[in-house]
Amino acid sequence: MRIKKFIDFFTMIGTHFMEFIRYVGGMSVLTGETLFWMPIPPLRKRQTIEQMSKIGVDSIAIVSLISLFTGMVLALQSAYQMQKFSAEMYIASLVAVSMTRELGPVLTALIVAGRVGAAITAELGTMKVTEQIDALETLATNPVKYLVVPRFLALIVMLPLLTLYADVIGMLGGYIIGTWKLGISHAMYMKNTWDPLRYKDIYTGLIKSFFFGVIICIVACYEGMKTEGGAEGVGHATTSSVVVSFILIIASDCFFTALFYFVAR
Amino acid sequence: MIEIINLCKHFNGHKVLDNLNLNIHTGETIVIIGRSGCGKSVLLKHIIGLLRPDSGQVLIDNKDVTKMDEKELGSVRMKFGMLFQGAALFDSLSVFENVAFGMIEHMNVSKSEMAKRVKESLALVGLKGIEDKKPAELSGGMKKRVGLARAICIRPHHVLYDEPTTGLDPIMADSINDLIVELHNKLKVTSIAVTHDMVSAYKIADRIAMLYNGKIIAVGTPEEIKNTKDPIVKQFITGAGKGPITEGIDFNHLI
Repeated sequence: MRIKKFIDFFTMIGTHFMEFIRYVGGMSVLTGETLFWMPIPPLRKRQTIEQMSKIGVDSIAIVSLISLFTGMVLALQSAYQMQKFSAEMYIASLVAVSMTRELGPVLTALIVAGRVGAAITAELGTMKVTEQIDALETLATNPVKYLVVPRFLALIVMLPLLTLYADVIGMLGGYIIGTWKLGISHAMYMKNTWDPLRYKDIYTGLIKSFFFGVIICIVACYEGMKTEGGAEGVGHATTSSVVVSFILIIASDCFFTALFYFVAR
Repeated sequence: MIEIINLCKHFNGHKVLDNLNLNIHTGETIVIIGRSGCGKSVLLKHIIGLLRPDSGQVLIDNKDVTKMDEKELGSVRMKFGMLFQGAALFDSLSVFENVAFGMIEHMNVSKSEMAKRVKESLALVGLKGIEDKKPAELSGGMKKRVGLARAICIRPHHVLYDEPTTGLDPIMADSINDLIVELHNKLKVTSIAVTHDMVSAYKIADRIAMLYNGKIIAVGTPEEIKNTKDPIVKQFITGAGKGPITEGIDFNHLI
């Protein structure tokens, strides 16, 4: 009896491990296929632009709201500490650096993963369970080329742009609080925003957001294209798409931050 | 000529196709019958290369589909049209874009020529003036017709039907049957249909083949199948609850 439980336990670990390997393998293959099909004509400009509008332009409102509030909260929370040292004027630098290096890329990626990633999985998942993806293949059209590549291009272009936008709006949020509530002058706030900011702060953020775009697209499309089991399956795939991309975004954020800290000083 | 030789396929340890052999002659309509979930659709998907078998061959004009790369498969698929069970129309595209999909993707045709072909294909399935509608606005029967129009728009040599009458009312189902016969006569295509609807099978088939336990257990004209001595085929076509297919299965728990 005890031996049987022991064996069951290892069987379970083995099964989960194999599932994990299969998952990672599947995503790697999809990434490879996407990169393979990307330069092959036809280039599907119309679909790509459509996706850019869906992914980028339609996310502007929510990205504005969230980064504005984040900037404001950041200013207020740091004021609470900084006032003790009478160092309020550095709030501007703190907001600028944390937005560009960290919060801009990560928050935007999380918003887009929740908003767009989920939508992509639901759409592709529904296409899979209603045999539309099979139908594409019978019409001699590669689903990766037709469905994944336009979304991939749209995400890796639009996510960094959204991030840049979020950086600016976040700083604006800090500026509003800093000048209205904390009594910092306009000139002082501006000077303290731009002076400490290095190009590196901005481009490391953008490099991160480029990879977050890759993660969101590949996870969402992979989950969508392996969906099985009707409406329930689509719901399940959508949930795990959001969960997996959140985890991967945060984990790779940690990785890239460490990389830029230790290597690309 | 389509030859299916010793085709085997299993899913999760369950053998769905087991050394299946079948020859489909050019220009005929063959109907594959069998119980739900017995692997009819799986067989169809092997013919067009959507699934790869564990072993065995599918020869289309003496070329093996199971060993083709994507490019070769693409050119073979252009000779096929397939009607899916739920029509599988692309819901982000209009009816026009759906029907013209194959032409837009793979053929160099002018816009006016394309519009003409789409109109023609829709007329063949008895529809007109719905080019700008989205699939969500259509009824089940209309969706199937549009799906059929999409399948025949690229002028295929072979048309595959996956349960063409499932989910339709009897009158609509009969009109789809008529349509299949009519298209077959007009376009001179080889038609392969899978169904468990015997009314439909008798109406459209030149030959009927029965799939049971992963094998083709009987092939014949509708007349031969009707007068069969085989107890399994007999039970299926008469729809009897008791017989060799259901032997040892107790349905009482379902009641």
